[in-house]
Parts: sequence; C-alpha cells; structure tokens
Amino acid sequence: MKQRTPWSKPVLTPHRPGGMNKFGALRPQLHQSELDGVAIPPLLEQYGSPLFIVSEKRLRENARHLRRAFSTRWPKVRHGWSYKTNYLGAICNVLHQEGSWAEVVSELEYRKARALGVPGSRIIFNGPWKPAAALEQALLEGAALHLDHLDELFAVEQIAQRLGRQVPVGLRMNFDTGHTEPWSRFGFNYESGAAMDAARRIGASQWLQLTGLHSHIGTFILDVRAYAQQARIMAEFMEAAERETGCRIEYLDIGGGFASRNSLQGLYLPPDQTVPSFEQYAEAIVTALAEATRGRAALGKPVPALVLETGRALVDDAEVLVTRVVGGKRLPDGRRAAILDAGVNLLFTAYWYNHDVRPLQPVEGLAEETVLYGPLCMNIDTVRASVMLPPLNVGDALLISPAGAYNNTQWMQFIQSRPAVVMVMQDGSIEPIRLAETLQTLTELERVPDALHAPFPNPTPSR
Amino acid sequence: MDNNQDKQGRALELPKPEHLMRLALSDSGFVFDPVTGNSFSVNGSGLAILRRLQQGTDLPGIVASLSEEFEVDILAAERDVIEFANLLRNTFR
Repeated sequence: MKQRTPWSKPVLTPHRPGGMNKFGALRPQLHQSELDGVAIPPLLEQYGSPLFIVSEKRLRENARHLRRAFSTRWPKVRHGWSYKTNYLGAICNVLHQEGSWAEVVSELEYRKARALGVPGSRIIFNGPWKPAAALEQALLEGAALHLDHLDELFAVEQIAQRLGRQVPVGLRMNFDTGHTEPWSRFGFNYESGAAMDAARRIGASQWLQLTGLHSHIGTFILDVRAYAQQARIMAEFMEAAERETGCRIEYLDIGGGFASRNSLQGLYLPPDQTVPSFEQYAEAIVTALAEATRGRAALGKPVPALVLETGRALVDDAEVLVTRVVGGKRLPDGRRAAILDAGVNLLFTAYWYNHDVRPLQPVEGLAEETVLYGPLCMNIDTVRASVMLPPLNVGDALLISPAGAYNNTQWMQFIQSRPAVVMVMQDGSIEPIRLAETLQTLTELERVPDALHAPFPNPTPSR
Repeated sequence: MDNNQDKQGRALELPKPEHLMRLALSDSGFVFDPVTGNSFSVNGSGLAILRRLQQGTDLPGIVASLSEEFEVDILAAERDVIEFANLLRNTFR
C-alpha cells in the first residue's frame, strides 16, 4: 500500500514586500510542553482545560532576585506582597515564606491575609476605602496603615482616641515625577501642599504619630528615572515633615509598578529590550535615595527603611495559562482564526498585553497571521488580535504566558466557569491550589423564591 | 445535478476554474498569479487541492483523493477543503 503523507491544514500565504526588517520577519516556531520539567499534557488530562499552572520555583527565584537586588544596595529593605496581583493562598504563602509582608488594599484582603496566618504587624494596609471596623482591627493588630484622605485621618484619630493610645500611621502621597502620568487620586498631593497639611495635622494630634510615607507612582513603569525622582521627592518631604512636625519617619514605601516581562500592546520592541531588570530599578532608586538622605547620619538620624510593593514583576512569569483550540475559521479578510476554551474571562490582561503564545506540541504547516478568540459570545473576547501561528487543529493546546499577574484576581465568572489552578512544587509534584468551579459554584449563593421555583408553572402544550 | 455538492446536498461554490487555471504552480509550493502579479506560498495539502481544482475535480472527488494521498479522514479533509476553497475564491477573482 502506498505510504500516505501526513496532513496539515492547507495554507496559502501571500508574499508581501516590506515584511522583513532588521529584527527579522517571523518569530521562530517555538513550542513548549513542560514547565519546570513537568509534562503539561497529563495535567490537562487530569485537571481539564483551560488550566492555570504556577511555578513555585520561579516565584521563589523572583522573590529572592528582587530582595538581592535591593538589599545589596540599601541596609533596610522590606517587601510587601501585593495581594491584588494574585491572592491565591498558596501564592501568598510562598511569598510570605520568602519574607514578604502582605500588602492589602481592602478589608477583604486584610481578612484574607489574617486568615492565612499573617500577623497584623506584617500587613501594609493601603487603599482608598478602609471601613471603620477594618481600621480599628488594623490599629489593634499593629498593621502599617497608610492614610489616603482627610476623612480617613480623622476616622483613625477618633478610633485611637477611643482606644486611648497614640497610633503610628503612614501618609500616602502623590506627585508628578515628570516621567510618568501622575496618579493624583490616591493619597495627599505633594505639589499643592495637601500632603504637608496632613503631616502637620498628624503632628498636631496627640493620638497620631507619623512614622512612614507611601506613594505609588503608577503601573508597568519602564523608565527607572521615574523611581529615582520619586525617591528624591519622598526623601525631601521626609526631611521637611520631620523638621516641621518633629516626627521621625521610619520608612519610605515606594509602592509597586515594576514592569514584568510581558509585551505591552503598542510597544514595538519586545520586553527583553524594554523592561528594566530588578538591578536597574534598584540602582536608580537607591542611588537617588542615598544622595537625598546623605546628611542624616551627621544629624544622628537613621536612614529610613525602603519598602517595595512589587507584585506584577514577581508573579507574572511564574504562571501560565494552557488552553485548547475548540474551533477554527477563516475570516473574511483572509486571516485565520482559532477559537480557544479560554478568553478574556480568564486572561483579563489580554486587554493590554500581547502574550506569548506557543503550541504545546510542534504543529506542522506554515505560520500565518492568526487571531485567537476566546469562548465567550462577546465580540470583545480576543486573546490575541494577531499572532503568527501554524494552522491549528481542534484539540491542539496552547501555552499562554506570562499570566500570573492580575488574572487570578480580575478573572470573571462570566458565561464560563473558572478553571483549576495547579502549582508545580519545587520537588516536581503537582498541587491543585484552586479547584475548577462548577455549576454549584455559580448558584450556591442564589436563592429562588418559592413562587419562582418552577420555570414553566403551567403545563405547556407539546409542540 | 451539480457535481459540486457536499454531503448535505447544498451546493458548494468552488473557485472558478478559469481563475485557477491562470495560476502558475511549482512543485515546491510557489504560486504566481499573472493577472495581479501577486505571488504566494502554498503548503503540500494546499498545493494538492489547487491542482485538483485546476483539473476540475469536484468536492467529493477532491476529498476522496486527498484521503488516499494524505493521512486524513474524509470529514476532516472536507472541512479543510471547504474553508480553503473559500479562501481561494476570495483571493483569486
């Protein structure tokens, strides 16, 4: 019998002049079928598709890398794990085991950290809304509380007065670094004098003690000069506040915002060429901070601790999303499209990243421009608007990365249920860290009134 | 009865043979359209389909011969031929 040729989907690729450039025409046809030495296909069989997979090893490596970059340059460094970036308990506790505090921005996150066993004294409490009960709990438990606005300042003062003790507080401030778009909605503004007004008011209160300054200048910041300027402004404000109010600032918290190795939409160059390393961030920040605080030793004042709230850059590349092709089509404009079982309901960050997409197994055929759609019956559900991929068949699995930041917190239970998340442990074993949702997950909090129990109370004639 | 009918009995509009006959095909998968001046690369399965269409083979004939030549079942071949024929129809007018 004649030997049959392996089949791959028919592809017709137009030759377009101008496609080549100095960076090369096409990305290499990569595939990836394992993570930390663990084969992914059996995980899909066991836990289903789609599936989030976290690397404990990478998470710990990232945390140590960040700590090393800063603690070799500054004597007192503290990291607060930004819960909103990914607050799956297993991920939080990996980072707590690496020495990170919890950085929370709501009562829910505060309670989650406490439920995981994090003592209040190792929680940084940010956010624009902290209910009175949460404020009181945080004060009683010794959390680092960062005041966002005057109403909060007065609320905390009243609680402290009721408790009959002076409480330490931090002041959140905002300003224009000249290198990023100012975030003026959080905290007290520096340029308008509102931050100093708040510092003076705290200084005048017998119930409040200003011990820290906090600011968060933005997100995915690629220009390290922004952080250098932030450090200068905060150090300058620290000196002024200490001079004017007699307080002693113990720490400067510069928030988060370090970029991860993801491709931001609209950027031409790949992340390898645009995203600063932890060392580059650290060098810029610590150099500026050292210069701005040089005179403190002569005055017998200690240098402040440097607090980081890095989230995205720690967890993003420690997690991937694996998804299967469930269908394909040719669009009217000639582009190929694949429909995946994971969409923006799970990969919220697809709105602003061009994620790396690789087949799990080598796929035969010419690469061509492909649109990746999710499973939602919504036009906005596009995972990649354009990516060069070989022709995909139903059942082919794709690995999408980095997917660790913000997806497991901002994902939606919308049309589809959320899938399992597993962690590849350091020893190569697999642990589910969040089970796949079921219909019961969707309905268990619902209550249907008695009168509405039957969808069709009157028998309908059969058709 | 129209030869170009799929299994559901609905007519499938194949690319017009006169539009495909003008194409120069090489065994290595180079496709040149002398009317527009455009050139293309086509993979092995695509080339096999193009040649059969140039010969005027109908859909069932194409699908049957593809399943003999390639490791593909009838339904998968039919699905891919329908999609590819649409692409050809819109590319070569």
